[in-house]
Amino acid sequence: MSDRARLMGWLILIAVLAIAPLFITSGRWIGFLEMTLFIAVLGQGWNILGGYGGQYSFGHAVFFGTGAYIQALLQFKFGWSPWITLWFAVSGAALVGAFVGYLSFRYGLKGSYFALITLAFAEAFHVLSRSFPSITEGGRGVQLALNQDPVQAISTFQFNFAGPFLKAYGFYYTIFAILLLTYWVTWWMERSRFGAQLVAIRENEDAAEALGINTFRVKMGAICLSAAVTASAGVYYVQKYLFIEPGIAYGPTKSVEALFAAIIGGVGTVLGPLLGSFFIHGVGEIAKEIIGPVFGDRPGVDLILFGLILIFVLAFVPRGLAGLLEALWKRKVGGRNA
Amino acid sequence: MLEVRSISKSFGGLAAVSEATLTVPQGKIISLIGPNGAGKTTLFALISGFLKPDQGSVTFNGLGITNQRPHRICQQGLVRTFQVVKPFANLTVRENIAVAAHTRIAKRALALDKAAEVAARVGLEGALEQSAGALTIAGRKRLELARALATEPKLLLLDEVMAGLNATEIHEIVDIIRSIRDAGVTIFLIEHVMQAVMSLSDYTYVLNHGAMIADGEPRAVTSSPQVIEAYLGHGAAERIAAMAGKFDA
Repeated sequence: MSDRARLMGWLILIAVLAIAPLFITSGRWIGFLEMTLFIAVLGQGWNILGGYGGQYSFGHAVFFGTGAYIQALLQFKFGWSPWITLWFAVSGAALVGAFVGYLSFRYGLKGSYFALITLAFAEAFHVLSRSFPSITEGGRGVQLALNQDPVQAISTFQFNFAGPFLKAYGFYYTIFAILLLTYWVTWWMERSRFGAQLVAIRENEDAAEALGINTFRVKMGAICLSAAVTASAGVYYVQKYLFIEPGIAYGPTKSVEALFAAIIGGVGTVLGPLLGSFFIHGVGEIAKEIIGPVFGDRPGVDLILFGLILIFVLAFVPRGLAGLLEALWKRKVGGRNA
Repeated sequence: MLEVRSISKSFGGLAAVSEATLTVPQGKIISLIGPNGAGKTTLFALISGFLKPDQGSVTFNGLGITNQRPHRICQQGLVRTFQVVKPFANLTVRENIAVAAHTRIAKRALALDKAAEVAARVGLEGALEQSAGALTIAGRKRLELARALATEPKLLLLDEVMAGLNATEIHEIVDIIRSIRDAGVTIFLIEHVMQAVMSLSDYTYVLNHGAMIADGEPRAVTSSPQVIEAYLGHGAAERIAAMAGKFDA
């Protein structure tokens, strides 16, 4: 696909996402779009390290949860402005990324060992967040005070009592802005020396090191950036729900959703996680519509469906939906030229 | 330019390289030969920082590089290729070489320009946009060479870049190697293709069971009884001499 066609595609997609909610009157569908963009940001966080760097993490919740907890606790304990705490949330998660990365990469952990250690870190944080109620409020979780003053809607980053527009669309445009920013960062990374070196590490780490790449430093950079992007989704989550607890923050769900979106959508592509997120949420909604009436309300059936889809994607479309799209485009353009 | 002093490395009691010493002077092509399993690739790995020696030292351009990490050694101008080629299979030829060019060049566009330039030096200019995974073995060997060149080395360690190539391809790569040397890059190579070793190298080292058993002009070295025995077994030199005697009579 030429750069021009790619850019056009992006501009159309961004325009559609920017105006879509204005034409949707159903709150349920705005919620659907919001959740899709939220998972798309989580997926991009995972994609930076896993898709571009080939370091498959099974515990990205550790970054999501840390971002969310810092965002919640600094407001809850010290009454700081959410616009200030978000910087601490994002950089705090990046620090945790540096910590996990240092321990893993210094000792050369790769592949399934890296996946296991990230999973272990997420579980350790899960346990720690329950075990120190004096710091984290323990298993009860952190409930932020609801702001009921419309005038302070922006300063408190809470839109429940804001004017009609912000109330309906405030969080949609919040996550949309986070998506634009994080995807732009990824797009920039893909075209930089850092990105080229990261991909080289994914392809063959020994060759990368032999060709003068400080593989340790590049991987450290990738895990910090990945953690920061993932934490930005945590910031959104806390402001939207005003609540965080250990299971939501550090449980396996967020880790799995992040890697699902990226792998199904296409690892190592900017668009992949967004496509993947649309796909799994679309399937989720359809599953609820179809499976609900047939099997009754059985939680977990959609997860079985996701598992089957993941196996199918890994076996038949390893480059994901983005790869599929590119192949179809090539066939179409090739056909026209012939 | 490169000084290796009594370097040793064992793996669990097996001495892969023991007390090997060698010198690579600037502007020359030096070769390292020896039977399979002699420790040649291990010696390359020790020089380029992929393995840490148990003892001994490596000096490059007067600076000690023993125990430095490979990327640091590469940045100082000593780069290796791999016997089992390691292309970045999902990237194009151009992107592959650009990764190496980034070692000296920060800007993406400039690195991609440089990649095209280097590809032309090894005869890959026609395959720039091809995926590296789709290259033939000869193409992969050239790519391995191109990537190493793109890091702008002063000394190039080539590990069997001719293995698996046919006679024409060998002839072409010999010319390429010579042109690289003429451009001012010193070359140290491991090779089994004797015709190439003979025509290319100024000086040859022979490694057997991890130890240097001979060194000298290529022609003198390959006719030394010790080297013949290392390749063909104990007593081989005598039998060959006897056979030669029969033919003379």
